[in-house]
Amino acid sequence: MHTATPTASPSSAHPHSHSSHDEEALGFWRSYIFSTDHKVIGVQYGLTSLSFLLFGFFLMVIMRWQIAHPNQPVPVVGPLLERVLGSVASRGAISSDLYNSFGAMHGTIMVFLAIVPLAFGAFGNYLVPLQIGAPDMAFPRINMASYQFYVVGGLIMFVSFFIPGGAAQAGWTSYPPLSVIIQTDGQVFWLVGMIFLITSSLLGAVNFIATVIQLRAPGMTWMRLPFFVWAQFVTGFLLLLAFPPLEAAGVMQLMDKVAHTSFFLPTGLAVEGVAGHVSGGGSPLLWQHLFWFLAHPEVYVLILPAMGIVAEIIANNTRKPLWGYRSLVYAALSIGFLSFIVWAHHMYMTGMGTKISTFFQTTTMLISIPSVIILTCLLVSLWGGSIRFNTPMLFVMAFLPMFGLGGLTGLPLGLSYADLHLHDTYYVIAHFHYIVAPGTIFAIFAGLYYWYPKVTGRMMNEFWGKVHFWGSFIFMNLIFQPMFAQGMAGMLRRMADGGANYSQARTPEAIGGLAPVILSLHTYILWAAVGLGLVQVPFIINFFWSIRHGRSAGSDNPWQSTTLEWQTPTPPPHGNFAHPPTVFRGPYEYSAPGHATDFTPQNQPN
Amino acid sequence: MDIPYTVQPRPDTGLYNAKVGVWLFLASEVMLFGALFSAYILLRVGSAEALWPHGWLNIPIGTVNTLVLITSSITTVMAWASCKMNQFGRFKFFHACTILLALTFVCIKSYEYHDKFTHYEITLTDGRIADGHLVSQEADRVVIHGRFVTDRKELFDLRAAGASHAREEISLERAQIKTMENYGPWHHTYLAIYFTLTGLHALHVLGGALVIGFLWGPGSKLWRRDPERFTNRVEISGLFWHFVDLVWIFLFPVLYLL
Repeated sequence: MHTATPTASPSSAHPHSHSSHDEEALGFWRSYIFSTDHKVIGVQYGLTSLSFLLFGFFLMVIMRWQIAHPNQPVPVVGPLLERVLGSVASRGAISSDLYNSFGAMHGTIMVFLAIVPLAFGAFGNYLVPLQIGAPDMAFPRINMASYQFYVVGGLIMFVSFFIPGGAAQAGWTSYPPLSVIIQTDGQVFWLVGMIFLITSSLLGAVNFIATVIQLRAPGMTWMRLPFFVWAQFVTGFLLLLAFPPLEAAGVMQLMDKVAHTSFFLPTGLAVEGVAGHVSGGGSPLLWQHLFWFLAHPEVYVLILPAMGIVAEIIANNTRKPLWGYRSLVYAALSIGFLSFIVWAHHMYMTGMGTKISTFFQTTTMLISIPSVIILTCLLVSLWGGSIRFNTPMLFVMAFLPMFGLGGLTGLPLGLSYADLHLHDTYYVIAHFHYIVAPGTIFAIFAGLYYWYPKVTGRMMNEFWGKVHFWGSFIFMNLIFQPMFAQGMAGMLRRMADGGANYSQARTPEAIGGLAPVILSLHTYILWAAVGLGLVQVPFIINFFWSIRHGRSAGSDNPWQSTTLEWQTPTPPPHGNFAHPPTVFRGPYEYSAPGHATDFTPQNQPN
Repeated sequence: MDIPYTVQPRPDTGLYNAKVGVWLFLASEVMLFGALFSAYILLRVGSAEALWPHGWLNIPIGTVNTLVLITSSITTVMAWASCKMNQFGRFKFFHACTILLALTFVCIKSYEYHDKFTHYEITLTDGRIADGHLVSQEADRVVIHGRFVTDRKELFDLRAAGASHAREEISLERAQIKTMENYGPWHHTYLAIYFTLTGLHALHVLGGALVIGFLWGPGSKLWRRDPERFTNRVEISGLFWHFVDLVWIFLFPVLYLL
């Protein structure tokens, strides 16, 4: 990214960028591969996680083929799958075991290798030091280490597809006893990979929090921080405190697999009629508690940075301050706190008593309040704004209703009584994909288009950006909307045959069999998934082509933004600022009366 | 622009960066060991009381280890205080003690682990159970130093009466043996959580000893260049060391005494 052309009219008070000179002094390896500069690390996280995002997407498309056409050879890639993966993809068709491993890895890759590294590792690393006026993260070498742990963890996960027996097959949730008793090593790779990924996140979280506490520039008080920084700050605490229990659980499951302990294996466990040579005395529920203790805060890790991105882009493209800044901050802090006490709403069906399920139902309903507060503040921020409908803003505007829909559909799931019917159905899949796909991923796309000119000095192509937006918006809705109906009709998750076994056609006399119209939706979903994939092609081309050939940004601050990252040269040099900037005002002074321009940067004195 | 507050504290927080960092890291470690302690609670509550072991760990040895770690925490503070008082020689002395005490702890722990791995429970074909430490084993026979029991439950509570069980040399033909398993983590969930908790703790002891060892040895060159920065490093590693000691203060009663 240091190949940007010099800007036509650089901001006045900053030195020339010395980045290319620094790179010559440091050499290629120290500048681009083993860099401790938060911006380089942010780009590294970004490119790696976008690659995993694409890979996870391919897994899903192949799964959707299998669901719509069970046991039929996959077109185009079937022969390749057979050659690479062997008998699990014989005739180019997806066997049940392969489907299960694709499913488990799609979830794992999307959550831990794509979205979190993008939202937190990439955007967070690049922007947080800039937005608070710091020269870098508090611990640059730990930052580099966190990226390296991420890459190693990702490689271990990727390689697991190619070992005998293939990748993990017991869902991204890895529930024992199933995850322990499957004879192959994919689960061991998953567990070791997770330990690396968790370590990466913990190192990153320590860095982010310490940086925001200690390295804010003079005048950058807590309530002058851009909401993006608050969101990343809370996310850091979620990662710091929620991941270690999963790390402990991962170590315990690893011991169950390789040391034959029985942390999660109950007494009397028999596999295919044969009692195991284990001590027993363990508890499958123990895994579930430890897993969901992380995995619930994890979903707020997925959404909070996205809300941060959306907030920045709304303020900038409405040319007015965010409405309810204080409410946004307190809501983000409340979400952070509450997210630790809702986890068992993922476990309503485990036989818990009504007192416990009522407790978790109550906290789950409570946590929807700050989420709605945040969405309301963002929505009301549009009122009376002078709205610029550029590509980032389109993605952000779509985020609002899509996140609203996804969030509202979570309410029946949070209510224990309704969840009896909906648990483990496609309704759940539709709910969380609405939040993450046209939710977080749209915010990520918006962020990529928005901050691209700061990183590269060029704009991405606006026409193809709009094509990317409309295509993604339409196809994402076509994919996930039908899944609500399928879930309410009773279609369960993780069925390799797409529900054919439970269809009315297979067993007409059974009660509650899946109707043909429900199953016919699979075909439309498949075509929508293919469409969604096709419409990413112009985005990928646009992303790389614009580095060299995009329209020049024209200035260091093409969006005319108030926040500090735009008050630097393009791209920002090592150390970001020649001297610590002094902050005089809040983050969203747009259209303030008595000013010549409709925006006043935070570090502008008068 | 250099990163500020690496040595000098930031005025409004009163902290230098690494101190914030290590406290955050310790918060995550509390969650890590907390999860394992929670697992202990869930596993114990889920077990029948008669089938949960008591007295399988040697309390005097555990007490010695506890005193070893407490002393090492004291020498850690003394080492840091010596740095603050500009007494490099005393710093060297006290942290040498810290490292030796850490190694002592790990040695005693290894001895305890070895004791478990050589302790076997042998179910015989005639229904009796032999339980004791391995003396020798050959192709056709196994010799242990232990005792016979008829009901497996007798092996679980070794407090009080357990200490006075007579132990004799027992020689068994392989043909008599149905199953033979040593007291490793696979033998019982109590041992599983014991080995996991103390193993993870021991890794932290070793890691901490390595860092303190580095600061004692090659890292001590920084004392000449920037004594304040070096003292801060001693403080940070000391904070980590106190945490490791504190975890043991919880481990000892939970695993050895309860």
